[in-house]
Formats: sequence, structure tokens, C-alpha cells
Amino acid sequence: MARFGMAIDTRRCVGCMDCVAACKTENDVPEGFNRDWITQELRGRFPTLSLEIRSERCNHCDDAPCVSCCPTGASHVHPFGQVVLVDHEACIGCKACVASCPYGARFIHPEGYADKCTFCIHRVREGQDPACVAVCPTHCMHFGDLDDPNSEISALLASRAHHAVLPEAGTRPRIFYLT
Amino acid sequence: MFETITTRANHLVDPHLHVWAWQIPLYLFLGGWVAGLLILFGLKLRRGARPARDSVTYPLPWIGLGLLSLGMLALFLDLEHKLHALRLYVSFEPSSPMSWGAWILLIVYPVLVLGALLDPPGALTRRFPWLTRAARSIRWTPDRLRLLGLVAIACGILLGVYTGVLLSSLGARPFWSSGLLAPLFLVSGLSAGAAFAHLIARRSDEQRQMVLLDTRLLAVELALLLLLVLGLVGGGAVQKEAAALVLRGPLTAIFWVLVVGVGVVLPLVVQLLAIRGRVHHQPVAPLLVLGGGLALRFVIVWAGQASHWLHG
Repeated sequence: MARFGMAIDTRRCVGCMDCVAACKTENDVPEGFNRDWITQELRGRFPTLSLEIRSERCNHCDDAPCVSCCPTGASHVHPFGQVVLVDHEACIGCKACVASCPYGARFIHPEGYADKCTFCIHRVREGQDPACVAVCPTHCMHFGDLDDPNSEISALLASRAHHAVLPEAGTRPRIFYLT
Repeated sequence: MFETITTRANHLVDPHLHVWAWQIPLYLFLGGWVAGLLILFGLKLRRGARPARDSVTYPLPWIGLGLLSLGMLALFLDLEHKLHALRLYVSFEPSSPMSWGAWILLIVYPVLVLGALLDPPGALTRRFPWLTRAARSIRWTPDRLRLLGLVAIACGILLGVYTGVLLSSLGARPFWSSGLLAPLFLVSGLSAGAAFAHLIARRSDEQRQMVLLDTRLLAVELALLLLLVLGLVGGGAVQKEAAALVLRGPLTAIFWVLVVGVGVVLPLVVQLLAIRGRVHHQPVAPLLVLGGGLALRFVIVWAGQASHWLHG
């Protein structure tokens, strides 16, 4: 069974926000909300500063707290690629999942249900990349099966230094940043 | 230098989480209060109290039904997808404390109704004569009453503990990541129940019994509050940041003055003086306990939402 994830090359990402615009367009994300976003992290002391630009989204964690806290089973792990999804019809809008996410990746859609990145599962089923990956002008985003040792993403993670965001939160995130 | 800039500005999530406003703290307070009333009611039944002869025991289930319904209304008002609320009862999710809570509430209601029907008011029995027969069958034997008492105590403990576990299970919020929240909310709920029973007690021996109980509960609650803060201070960086919210942050004054000072220490002192006969029993102490219990839920819910894993 596939286990989808992403590797994002922080040496290539320029923070152009094409991924953000593509996601909003592809998924009809309402105005004022984002399923993905850009984070810039500046470290060091002038003049020896380092800047990391990251395209962030739901980490589709292996141990997703949003799934375990959901009282109706609306938040679930889909068998296709073990993607974390929300069944809009089963969601009661209790917001426990929003509070349980250490990444702040979820929000309440104006129609009342919890919403977040789906890895564009509707595109992936048809053999396409998620919209954010497809439009990236620097080709810094790589999507694929983490459990397939022959996939591009597995090769990248095996050959390049990488880190996840907040691994200390213990949720085993599946978005990795190549450094 | 460490600076993080994000383009995200999602409603209710940024700049810090504020998904739960007044409804959830009120619901947690009322739930805890009902838990306290249920446990007291159960203890009274186990000790042989009969509703008709006891000014404290008789109204507890009735008040509990009213408070729980109010709490459920607050919970319902908080839901963003209200028309789907009944989905809570379509499945049981064992890993979700909220699912446990929904089913616990479903068990608590009939227990409160059974308790209320032990001695239904005359106005009701005149209109619905079958209520008299129902009441008789419930109090048929002392064993049956003791069993109802045991069930009420069990339901009260489950309900009180659940209100704390609901928050402490959300590990993304360092302020809530403490196993002490469950006993703290349970003891605070019991204290609210005892304070309320003190308020409605007609006989002085009943008042004294409730004051003695509430004084002990307040002492335990004070210890749990201090341990909660100490636990956070002694934790890692994110726990220390969470503790700073009530030590030198925006919630410091409300936590130490309203929750600890006015809600616990002041009524504790007043009731200790009343026990030693220095002052008369006053309604002010139980009222402060109830206000403090409400303030506690507000501060804990706010502080938890303001605490997070990300630095900065």
C-alpha cells in the first residue's frame, strides 16, 4: 500500500507562492483561507544569516492527532496513499482537530466543516501530481510514495540531508524539507 | 536572531488559535458542576438519604438536568456544522475523548431522570399519575436505591474526568498537556457541587457537612493548581512558554487573582473561619467557588489555545 509524502527542496524554493495560488484555484479554497502557505525562517546574526523558505501544508502525519481526536470519524486516513482526509458530511465542526494540529494546518471552512490539504487526491488518482507540485516554477517540490524504495522521493530522502517541521510534536509528519 | 514569517492568516487559527470562545469553557464548567452534583447525589443515596426527607438530595438531579441541558446548548452553539450534530451518535470513536463524552452525556441524562423521579413534585404526579408508580418502583428496595447511587457516582466521575481529558488529550497545546487537568476539573466540579449544595441546604447540619466537604476539596484544588503550574515550569521549552502565560503573560492577573485568589483561597479561608465558629455560614463563599470554577475553565481554555509548539 502506498504512503504518500512530499520532499521540498529549500535550496530551490524562492517563496513565489505559485503553490499557494495553484492550491486555491484547484481546490476552490475560499477567500481569506489557505491550505498551503509560505514560511520564511531567518536564523543567525548579521552578517552570517541563513534563510530557509518553506512551502508548508498539512503533514499527513503517520500518527495524526486530528484523526484520533475526531468524535465522528470524519477525519480519517484514506487507504489510497494513507492520505489524511475529512469527510465533509460527517464533520460536525467541533474544532477539536483544529486544536489538535501542532502545525495549524486546519481551518473551518465557511460552510462549517474542517478543511485542509488533501494532497489533491483527485488529481493523484488520475496519475497527476498535486496542483502545488505541478505548477512550481523551480521544481522544488517532489511528491511520491515514501514506502517505494525506487520512487524519486525515496531516492531524494536517501541522498540528501533533510528535516521535518516539529518532529518533537511526535506526530511523524510526512513532509520533508531538503537542505 | 530567530525570526519566522508566514503568509498564513487563517480565521480562528492565526495569529494564535482561538477556535473556542465562551461556549466550551461554559460547557466544561457546567459539565463539571453536574458531575459534582451527581457524585454528591450518589453519595447521599448510598448513605441512606431519602429525597423527600433531605433538602440537599431532593433538588440535585433536577438542577443537574437543567445545568446539563444548558451545557449541551452551549456545546451545540459552538458547533460549526450544527445540522450534522447527530453524527456524534452514529458511531463510537474509542480514541476520541469527545466521542466518549458524547456517549457519557447520553448515559448521564437517564441517571439524572431516574434520580429526579425518586420523588416527583405533586404538580407533575397530578398531571401524570404513572410517575407515582414509576417512583415507587425505583425506590422499591434500599438495594435498588444504593445501586442508583453507585451508578450516579460512576457517571459523575466519568463526566468530571472527561471534561479534563478532553483538553489534555490535545497534545498540540502544551498548556493542556498535563494529566493533572482531569483530577483538577473533577475536584473543581465536586467543589462546585458541594458549594451549590451548601447554598440550597436548609438545615444547619447539612450546611456544615457541605462546608466541611468543600473546604477539603478546595485545599486539594489549590494543590492541583500549583502542581499544574509547577509541572509546566519544570518541563521543556514549550511547556515553560506555556507556563509564562499565567506567570508573566496576559493571563497572569486573571489566573492568580480570580481563579486562585477569589475562587479558591478566599472561600477556603472564609469556610475555615466558619468551621471554627469565627464567622457565620455565608452564601458568599459558595458563590465565590462557583465563580472561581467558571473562571478556571475560561483561563485554562484560553491559555491552552494561546500555547503552541512553534517558537516565536
